[in-house]
Amino acid sequence: MVEITLPKNSRINEGRTWPKPAGATNLREYKIYRWSPDDDENPRTDTYFVDMDDCGPMVLDALLWIKNNVDPTLTLRRSCREGICGSCAMNIDGTNTLACTKGADEVSGVVKVYPLPHMPVVKDLVPDLTVPYAQLSSIQPWLQTVSPEPAKEWTQSHEDRQKLDGLYECILCFCCQTSCPSYWWNGERYLGPAVLLQAYRWLIDSRDEKTGERLDNLEDPFRLYRCHTIMNCTQACPKGLNPAKAIAEIKKMMIERRV
Amino acid sequence: MTDMRTPLGRVRGLGSAREGTMHFWRQRLTAIANVPLVLFMVGLMVALVGAPYEDVRATLANPFVTLVVILFFVSVLYHMKLGMQIVIEDYVHGEGAKVALIALNTFFPLVIGVASIFALLNIAFGG
Repeated sequence: MVEITLPKNSRINEGRTWPKPAGATNLREYKIYRWSPDDDENPRTDTYFVDMDDCGPMVLDALLWIKNNVDPTLTLRRSCREGICGSCAMNIDGTNTLACTKGADEVSGVVKVYPLPHMPVVKDLVPDLTVPYAQLSSIQPWLQTVSPEPAKEWTQSHEDRQKLDGLYECILCFCCQTSCPSYWWNGERYLGPAVLLQAYRWLIDSRDEKTGERLDNLEDPFRLYRCHTIMNCTQACPKGLNPAKAIAEIKKMMIERRV
Repeated sequence: MTDMRTPLGRVRGLGSAREGTMHFWRQRLTAIANVPLVLFMVGLMVALVGAPYEDVRATLANPFVTLVVILFFVSVLYHMKLGMQIVIEDYVHGEGAKVALIALNTFFPLVIGVASIFALLNIAFGG
């Protein structure tokens, strides 16, 4: 059955409260999930106070401020710090989003930060995304053709190119993937919203000639049809994309080739 | 247990079942059919509240009513079976329990449906 409660060794305990920075007047409280594979302890939430007069406006700025000034052991992924790499995806204030584009002022009260839900944790805010990455490669996200290679390039009309808008912008942060309850319960068999949006990006590409094979590989009660239009994916996407619509379009293509 | 398969091997698993679309499609079709059928059924029951036994029998023996009520049972029970199967697949992960529940979920609407239709035909033709 689906697990409603966390296993004993995953229950989150109250962690330590770190001292407030000396002399700071403009403080912001952060509660951050901590877990280390190096000891046998349960996960905990540590409380930190960030000096907002000394720190940038985004949640990522605060996390790095903590790492630089309070606790260097705090572990997180980040790279571009401007919403294009997808590395700093985490659960902030109950919603999956990018720490670099989430303003601390968008959150009222204590800022609660957890790793992406329902993924194995490597350490602190770093989730293990091996399975979603494998799922992405399983849909073969590259152009596949049968016709002989043209001398110059595969051409596409402006109208057909426009069909990729709202799909190509996905940065694979997996905010949507890990917000989906269906993906929580059947993560190894359901491909999930991020991967299905990528699948649709290649299904709808006018240059691709393997549309039928792609649909064959998706036509499965679990791979595709675990989507029950819960819409968490669309709500979570920090890039404003609509994975739920992409999945609905795939289902429409499935019907279209049968009915 | 240490799983030494590659992540891609695990995800590819047993491959695509090449089905699921008809399940999805029929769930939508029966949902559409259920709208008028359920409305008719609710109307029929409201109309028959407090009516004497003979009147209810006579109404149900009306060919039009018999036909629509049979369609109601077929559509609603099929829709129920399709929906319940999704719920089982979503939440029941033990292989034995899943197979047992899916079997039960197939038999239950069949038994209910056959019994209901038999009763209706009995009223319609039994006299």
